[in-house]
Amino acid sequence: MPAPIRLRELIRTIRTARTQAEEREMIQKECAAIRSSFREEDNTYRCRNVAKLLYMHMLGYPAHFGQLECLKLIASQKFTDKRIGYLGAMLLLDERQDVHLLMTNCIKNDLNHSTQYVQGLALCTLGCMGSSEMCRDLAGEVEKLLKTSNSYLRKKAALCAVHVIRKVPELMEMFLPATKNLLSEKNHGVLHTSVVLLTEMCERSPDMLSHFRKLVPQLVRILKNLIMSGYSPEHDVSGISDPFLQVRILRLLRILGKGDDDSSEAMNDILAQVATNTETSKNVGNAILYETVLTIMDIKSESGLRVLAINILGRFLLNNDKNIRYVALTSLLKTVQTDHNAVQRHRSTIVDCLKDLDVSIKRRAMELSFALVNGNNIRGMMKELLYFLDSCDPDFKADCASGIFLAAEKYAPSKRWHIDTIMRVLTTAGSYVRDDSVPNLIQLITNSVEMHAYTVQRLYKALLDDISQQPLVQVASWCIGEYGDLLVSGQCEEEEPIQVSEDEVLDVLEGLLVSNLSTPVTRGYSLTAIMKLSTRFSSLNRIKKVVSIYGSSIDVELQQRAVEYNALFKKYDHMRPALLERMPIMEKTATNGPSETVQTNGETDSTILDTKHLPSISQPASQVGFLKHGFSIQTCAHFRSNPNPNIAVITIHATNSTEADMTEFVFQAAVPKTFQLQLLSPSSNVVPAFNQGSVTQVIRVLNPQKQQLRMRIKLTYTHKGSPVQDLAEVNNFPPQSWQ
Amino acid sequence: MMDDTEVLLEKKEMRFMLLFSRQGKLRLQKWYTATAERDKKKMVRELMQVVLARKPKMCSFLEWRDLKIVYKRYASLYFCCAVEEQDNELITLEVIHRFVELLDKYFGSVCELDIIFNFEKAYFILDEFLMGGEIQDTSKKSVLKAIEQADLLQEEDESPRSVLEEMGLA
Repeated sequence: MPAPIRLRELIRTIRTARTQAEEREMIQKECAAIRSSFREEDNTYRCRNVAKLLYMHMLGYPAHFGQLECLKLIASQKFTDKRIGYLGAMLLLDERQDVHLLMTNCIKNDLNHSTQYVQGLALCTLGCMGSSEMCRDLAGEVEKLLKTSNSYLRKKAALCAVHVIRKVPELMEMFLPATKNLLSEKNHGVLHTSVVLLTEMCERSPDMLSHFRKLVPQLVRILKNLIMSGYSPEHDVSGISDPFLQVRILRLLRILGKGDDDSSEAMNDILAQVATNTETSKNVGNAILYETVLTIMDIKSESGLRVLAINILGRFLLNNDKNIRYVALTSLLKTVQTDHNAVQRHRSTIVDCLKDLDVSIKRRAMELSFALVNGNNIRGMMKELLYFLDSCDPDFKADCASGIFLAAEKYAPSKRWHIDTIMRVLTTAGSYVRDDSVPNLIQLITNSVEMHAYTVQRLYKALLDDISQQPLVQVASWCIGEYGDLLVSGQCEEEEPIQVSEDEVLDVLEGLLVSNLSTPVTRGYSLTAIMKLSTRFSSLNRIKKVVSIYGSSIDVELQQRAVEYNALFKKYDHMRPALLERMPIMEKTATNGPSETVQTNGETDSTILDTKHLPSISQPASQVGFLKHGFSIQTCAHFRSNPNPNIAVITIHATNSTEADMTEFVFQAAVPKTFQLQLLSPSSNVVPAFNQGSVTQVIRVLNPQKQQLRMRIKLTYTHKGSPVQDLAEVNNFPPQSWQ
Repeated sequence: MMDDTEVLLEKKEMRFMLLFSRQGKLRLQKWYTATAERDKKKMVRELMQVVLARKPKMCSFLEWRDLKIVYKRYASLYFCCAVEEQDNELITLEVIHRFVELLDKYFGSVCELDIIFNFEKAYFILDEFLMGGEIQDTSKKSVLKAIEQADLLQEEDESPRSVLEEMGLA
């Protein structure tokens, strides 16, 4: 039996394949040879065969038959075998396969091996892919190695411990004694991984956090030494001493200083020092500065330091490197609420970023711009934002339009300006405007009584130009139906009144009814508008004729409307004037506290959709957590009926207005580390179509630190035969649910 | 058997790292969270498409699904890391750069072919540099020395035969 082909030889051969089919053939041939070699329990060449299998696996071919062979390699005494065996285990096995548990004993032996490189292999494998069961079994070994004086092993044990804690949080306590002297180490590897371990422990447990606060002076000292020490060739990166360690220390300081006056004060000086002395010509220096800024903003720093941080971000915005601009905008977005005035100073630079070529930068600049709009800068800002709306990618237009509407509503200097702004948005980005904008705009227009004539005139003129943008058409139809009398009587004061006859107006509205561009919803709007004009115009016969024609429309909605309007003409004509009279001022239903921007997944792909915050929902405790075409998840937070004040009980209601059921519906949620989550059983796993029912599920969230409740949700279901998966973040829980 | 909710709750700073060529050929994949094989393939395919579509002038960060992607191109290879939302993207760029430097030192002016023909060595270096997505040692020298020593151990494994030969007994 000839020796199996060598790895590099195989790679060379496979690369000569000219077609996919040829490659597949070579692979199949080799796999067959490997399989028979495995069957023969060939020890000599097992390593070589598994290595080849791993190569083929990377090309995308199945390699599961090599899993057990990896385990045999791991159990071998030869270092080469172990090296490939562990690599294979990490690539081919994971905790989803039961067979992975067979590794546990080998790893245990190798953790106690006489050669540190074998111990290293075992630690690495456990630290990358160890399952909860493996971690439970081997935690003791890892803890032992965390106390060794061998820095090679100690640094690896620290990261392995991090993994163990992530998989089995209850085991965290057992590592506490071993952390005692970690920071006294001189070895940077151990220091770095120790800081990572300490960070993990502090993030997971408030008790650990309090316990480790006493390390702040030591951390400050280590950081100071790094900055002040001379050139150290081993750890130098572009003139900076061990930037990776600096960043990790800064991050740990952030966690320790948050919410604690004393700790924050103790780190004040060093933060100022790093912020002013770090070299900014290369990315590495800016990485440290960035981490410093994040820390300053998160802890209880004095105002001078905060201003320094914001100014660093402002400088970042002017940096040629777009990566730096990107992180600056991200951070400014996070701080704009708390340090509004400081960020305002950089407004013009931020607005310039709207013209950046990079999509991510543009998006952040847009969000930040909206956050900075106020009564003083509204005119200037709106000019820039409208210009941006004109020229930006379609992906942005919906969000930008909504943002403009919100800003205009809050800060409009005059009603005329407000209407003009709305008109501008509708005419330039009319087809991207969100559906819920239409009723909002209608309400706005209704309440701007003195602008009715001007508004209807402008909308009418816009319709003459273009009837393709549905939101525009809908708002216009509604207004013409409502204020058509003002239109034909030429009462406009704001601008030159146009001369238009009743027939011309009805021509336009009827045109909408027959146009292919109009959606069924739009048709409904225009039919109703025509009907309303029966009390405002004198051309009754014409209107009656139109209405009666649509009594036999195949569109059920139109048909119903027409039939009812017909009935109004025939049998209830005495009621008609009252029914169709001018709308009164509409009170806006109370909104729930400050309108928070709901975080989206930053997704431009239409298959994963953003969460929407609908401005006015009737029940104060419920929020719409997720909205997609016809599919909605409403979260309802109950918080009073609870004996334990730290538990928020949230009920989710999932409804589906599409025409097909959503089956195999599974709702999953995840919360940040400081929370704990319990999902109770759902009422069912089918969300019926046409809103015929809903699925409810109760979630209990333990929030001992009373932090703002955030949740990441994952929805999986089958719709029209295809499996669908959605991920979203829900952040708009009312403050009462977590305070 | 780990269910999907746990996947969501297990926060890791770096979820995975990929190396791929301009032609969309995968050269290295390191996953730091357990993911089903077919999901991995789907994610890799999607992500490669997204990254390869980026223009040279765009920044090195992009949002994809619920992750942030930090990527950098070195010659014909794209180095791509998927990190959690809260991370410092600028330092991730430095992590990528450090890995490239290690490869470069080890292979002597590394090129894509080195990674293709010696993929297992590239993995060994990565696993000596990072564990669970975190840096094990910030000293280049230290990491390279460990690899060197391990390589020597490997050679010793394979050489008993030659010792006998040397003595003229084989």
